[in-house]
Amino acid sequence: MDLSLSTRTVGDRTIVSVGGEIDVYTAPKLREQLVELVNDGSYHLVVDMEGVDFLDSTGLGVLVGGLKRVRAHEGSLRLVCNQERILKIFRITGLTKVFPIHTSVDEAVAATD
Amino acid sequence: MATVELRFSALPEHVRTARLVAAAVARRAGVDDAVLDEVRLAVGEACSRAVGLHTGQGLDTPVRVSLTEDEKVFRIEVGDDVPQGARGAARTSPEGADGVEGDDEVDMGLAVISGLVDDVEVTADERGGLIRMSWPTNPEPLD
Repeated sequence: MDLSLSTRTVGDRTIVSVGGEIDVYTAPKLREQLVELVNDGSYHLVVDMEGVDFLDSTGLGVLVGGLKRVRAHEGSLRLVCNQERILKIFRITGLTKVFPIHTSVDEAVAATD
Repeated sequence: MATVELRFSALPEHVRTARLVAAAVARRAGVDDAVLDEVRLAVGEACSRAVGLHTGQGLDTPVRVSLTEDEKVFRIEVGDDVPQGARGAARTSPEGADGVEGDDEVDMGLAVISGLVDDVEVTADERGGLIRMSWPTNPEPLD
């Protein structure tokens, strides 16, 4: 399965819904999307990963890159994920301490800190 | 001799194929279903790393994957052709040349493998690098 991406805005937040597999082949597509959003002035991003079947370290690298970019504009990047197999990768790499991870898009949109 | 051997051009689009093949062979070898996701992720990380190393060095030789089913263990070896001395300059993500991602991913890939796999060995010599991983199998392999 390839990568699918769609975006929508809720208030000042931009929701990026990701589906499929994020790996060394597809991650550049996600990177391009995040870079484009930040270049267009969207600095508060919520990446909804509920449709993600597979995530590897290349995908993690892209998310970290996105976080660095929005932080340069005092923005935020929040993740939505309930899948244990995906959450495990964030735990292994210590990135649960770096990304705010929410259980729903509504929760991520409502979060302020 | 390995149960299944795979050689693929060092291109990102082939890493998914390696993941699928490894998971299929692991399942057949009797690796627990609950661990198959880890096998898939670990072999994907090892192959992504090898692809990045080959691409970074401009090598056109294939990445090698061997999948071996032993009596009580399933082994995966992923080999690359980048000699030890040249490995520091390699990157896992050829497209990631924007200065934000890139070099960190080499270590993150290994961090994921180390976190997932109890039995893992990463070596490199003048001929290239090798990642060896193994998982226990059930006594009665699946059909």
